[in-house]
Amino acid sequence: MTNEIIRTEGLTKSFGKLEVLKGISTTIHKGEVVSIIGPSGGGKSTFLRCLNLLEEPTSGKIFFKGQEITSKKIDICEYRRQIGMVFQTFNVFPHMTVLENITLAPILEKKVKKEDAEAEAMALLKRVGLADKASEYPRKLSGGQKQRLSIVRALAMHPEAMLFDEPTSALDPEMVKEVLNVISDLAKSGMTIVCVTHEMGFAREISDRVLFISDGIIKEDASPSEIFTSPRDPATARFLSMVL
Amino acid sequence: MEKMIKLWERYSDVFLSGLVGTLWISAVVLIFGIILGIFVALLRMTKIKPLNIVAEVYVEILRGTPVLLQLYFFWIGLPKIMPFELSDTQCIVVALIVSASAYISEIIRAGINAVDVGQWEAARSIGLSNTHVMTKIILPQAIKNILPALGNEFISTVKGTSLASVFFVGELMTSYKTVQSATFLSLQALTIVGIIYLILNFVLSRLVKLLERRLQVSD
Repeated sequence: MTNEIIRTEGLTKSFGKLEVLKGISTTIHKGEVVSIIGPSGGGKSTFLRCLNLLEEPTSGKIFFKGQEITSKKIDICEYRRQIGMVFQTFNVFPHMTVLENITLAPILEKKVKKEDAEAEAMALLKRVGLADKASEYPRKLSGGQKQRLSIVRALAMHPEAMLFDEPTSALDPEMVKEVLNVISDLAKSGMTIVCVTHEMGFAREISDRVLFISDGIIKEDASPSEIFTSPRDPATARFLSMVL
Repeated sequence: MEKMIKLWERYSDVFLSGLVGTLWISAVVLIFGIILGIFVALLRMTKIKPLNIVAEVYVEILRGTPVLLQLYFFWIGLPKIMPFELSDTQCIVVALIVSASAYISEIIRAGINAVDVGQWEAARSIGLSNTHVMTKIILPQAIKNILPALGNEFISTVKGTSLASVFFVGELMTSYKTVQSATFLSLQALTIVGIIYLILNFVLSRLVKLLERRLQVSD
């Protein structure tokens, strides 16, 4: 796995005087599935949001396929089209049908023909078991269905990587599985994934690598079996003993 | 009552042409007030600090001074700075537009701010351009927050046009003045004009309600 997709160098982010990220350097390779775990307020979500510039880093650099995207010259919208993001709170567009949610960006920003965009959206919906909801408005969907919709909305742009920000934290327990299944299918299909999660079993199962982020730095970066069975950093061990 | 009916029979064309004046002034003020209001709201929300301040000062001045004062100000000031001739009506209409735009910009700004921040983030995350984020995602949702408040502003605007009578601009309140000075039947003429305003605003508020219900269909 030498094919790098995203690389960060000394990434920091401060909100006023509060320093949330204190220098994060890591590389995500093509096809890699990376889970980020760690205590609340440790900077996991902020780090993830920096990766598609929803948060502007205070200092440090981010590279996408070797190109610096933290540079001022980069078209941020163009970059974001290549990185999908799924939010804890779904953020589906309530004023559009399920199908329109998916076809909107491809039609507007990639100039895909409407029929083609719709055909692809239907195929994606079928893949996540929502084909029968295509013409519904999101208010008729359950939380799990909304989250699956938000995943295919991102996939419709054919991203190079997908970012997941606690995708199951806002779901009722019985809906967690249907969403995790979609993500793990995606992982198996070779998609590059960075996922902030509290689902330790899931992280262990699907990840190639797990990052433990706490106090704004990567405390540990290891394979899931290493991190879950013999964590080297005492902070990781303490955290895992509390959540497992 | 009898006098009122007689007054209406004799002067209905004066009242009706006043109503026409009120209607067109209101329509022009609302249309251009909304356009200017959107522009001011955008200035207040851009990331460019000096523009924010300019827009904020604009809104504060217009909200903090009486509309009648603003009308005088434009009526006297505008012809002085314009290279071409301006009628009283034109000056007053411009003043009313400027005044309405301040209130409308605040309504629009509040409506946009009320849209969940997650909608902005999701729209950006799929790579929509800034214009598309606004026109396809934020504004269609903001309009539902904006419309009820804008309905109130419509009614205030219609009533506010009555101030133009101070400058004898052709509208309903001016037609009251015309009839009153011809007949000295003040109360009766006022009542007629009042009833016309009441009907006008009642119809307007129903229309806005109807539109609100239409928009609620999608959620």
